[in-house]
Amino acid sequence: MNPHRRSPLVLVTAFFVYFFLYAPIIALVVYSFNASRANVKFEGFIPSFSERVVTEGSLVKSSPCGPFHWYCDLAKNREVIEAAKNTLTIAFTATTIATIIGTMAALALQRYDFKLKPFSQLSLYIPIVIPEIVMGIGILTLFSQVFGWMNNAFSLSGDSRWTMGLGTVIVSHIAFMVPFVTLVVQARLQGFDKSYEEAAMDLGANEWITFRRVTLPMILPGVLSGALLAFTLSLDDFVITFFTNGPGSTTLPIYVYGLLRRIITPQVNALSTVWILVVLAAVLLLQIVQGRESKQHS
Amino acid sequence: MTSEFAVEMRDVVKRFITPEGNEMAAVDHVTMKIRNGEFFSMLGSSGCGKTTSLRMIAGFEWPTEGEVYIEGKAMGHTPPFQRKVNTVFQSYALFQHLTIYQNVAFGLEMENAKEDEIKKRVGRALDMVQLTGMDRRKPKQLSGGQQQRVALARALVKTPDVLLLDEPLGALDLKLRKEMQLELKALQQQLGITFIYVTHDQEEALTMSDRIAVMSKGKVQQMGTPVEVYERPANKFVADFIGESNFLEGKIKSLTRKEASVFIPGLNAEVTGMPISEGLAKGEEVVVSIRPEKVRLVEKGALKMNMFRGKVTNTVYIGADTHIYTEVHGVKLKVLEQNRISRLDPKSFYTVGQDVSLLLMPENTLVLKKD
Repeated sequence: MNPHRRSPLVLVTAFFVYFFLYAPIIALVVYSFNASRANVKFEGFIPSFSERVVTEGSLVKSSPCGPFHWYCDLAKNREVIEAAKNTLTIAFTATTIATIIGTMAALALQRYDFKLKPFSQLSLYIPIVIPEIVMGIGILTLFSQVFGWMNNAFSLSGDSRWTMGLGTVIVSHIAFMVPFVTLVVQARLQGFDKSYEEAAMDLGANEWITFRRVTLPMILPGVLSGALLAFTLSLDDFVITFFTNGPGSTTLPIYVYGLLRRIITPQVNALSTVWILVVLAAVLLLQIVQGRESKQHS
Repeated sequence: MTSEFAVEMRDVVKRFITPEGNEMAAVDHVTMKIRNGEFFSMLGSSGCGKTTSLRMIAGFEWPTEGEVYIEGKAMGHTPPFQRKVNTVFQSYALFQHLTIYQNVAFGLEMENAKEDEIKKRVGRALDMVQLTGMDRRKPKQLSGGQQQRVALARALVKTPDVLLLDEPLGALDLKLRKEMQLELKALQQQLGITFIYVTHDQEEALTMSDRIAVMSKGKVQQMGTPVEVYERPANKFVADFIGESNFLEGKIKSLTRKEASVFIPGLNAEVTGMPISEGLAKGEEVVVSIRPEKVRLVEKGALKMNMFRGKVTNTVYIGADTHIYTEVHGVKLKVLEQNRISRLDPKSFYTVGQDVSLLLMPENTLVLKKD
């Protein structure tokens, strides 16, 4: 018997794994073309193009965008655009700052010995293991306390008052991202021989040039993976954002949650589809960049 | 050149805290004066302090006590990038993300050299180590020996006063290592740069060095030319570490200004007429040391002075030489004979159980203090 023959069990397992991974996504995409406004059952694609939107009960009969009706609908939705802008602003800002802090922390933990080092290392896991909702409430309590004191102490009122908003969301995102970045970069640093840095210094590079020309390029794949992980976590985050956002800082997950409480139209599916495409594109881009780099290195 | 000595270590101590919290002296009051243009080796087994000493010269570590001088200047806490020494690392430490050209050019860019000058000097350095045309490859695309040459070129392109080499040939196979030993020596003589070479391989140190510092437990046991450390080891450690030695324990029976006679209880006899070193006293417990290749085997004939009857217990043929293990009154002595004639004929060979006489020529024996 051929020892390499696949057991039917492998095929069955594979089928279920892929089914549960991808079937919901496929359904989601298909439903974004649903003619039914109620979006409970798939009622077929929107059949035709027309000058105006024609509806019949809860069914859309024709639309200027044809089957892409809900995408056009989405593009006209100012709230969605605003939420997308917020989401990206938060993700980019928080990722940049968290990547810098996280990388610095990883380097410090690798090269220095200090008294509280075991505690520092352990404390990295705390934001990862504690329930997000606990962290969210914690951050909310902290912000409202501190803001209360500040507003009182400086007797601020009206627009100059410290309130929840983009700033608080960004800070709280940084807080939960840093440990992820640090752990990913630490994993990369494990195999990093300090003699590379010594060699650079030996050849006349000071500490900063050594970091910029040698250390950073060598650990860059780790830093990028850490940043990407942090970025996707930020795009996705609902719980912490829910507790720390305020007027003008609604993100896409928060917006979708709000929609769901009112009415679910295929617009939500259209939004999710666009979202998936964006994230997919980002991941592919990173893969290409990393692939090119590792090819250069080997 | 401002100083006679390229590098000087004056009473240098380096202490580390072990993970258990104890203090340990990796380098323990080491004083070395390394002359300009010298090929100087630090030889010892791992943990003897040789690499730590080299790292203190490079500036990667700072002495706990004492001072390192380069070209007569006290180094203090001068960082590595301000010292006119360059290092070839054991792991080569080539920058994996840069090409060979960029690796070699790195040090010159740090000096803000002009681009056309960098190009010229990198080209020359790569020619010197016979890597012409490899400049656009990445380190991983080269063999171990080639990477080693890149590391060498990268350090030498800076035209340092002193080149530090930390077991640079350790990762190469034996044949390539032997070739590189001769090449390195030739390169050093051609450039006239001081080389400080760290190795645990005694043969390597003997092959290349002008002088060797034999180190153990953070201390310099002996400093001298290859001939000196081999022929006149300062103590039992050096005699044992470099090459092989037979050691016979005994007591000084008589002592003149030049010679000593030692009674060896194991042989129940006296070895006489041996040259002595300083600081020995009559009645002192000592060790008589003789190299296996310096013991003479005599098959027949009357016993003379310093000649003892023994038996062959084993022979090992290893191509160029034969090791003959003998026993004299229960004392084991190893003898090494060169196979100057073919050993194919078993009659030309010693057989196990054969009676032999061993001659310890006094001028080839040493009287060493007991450790």
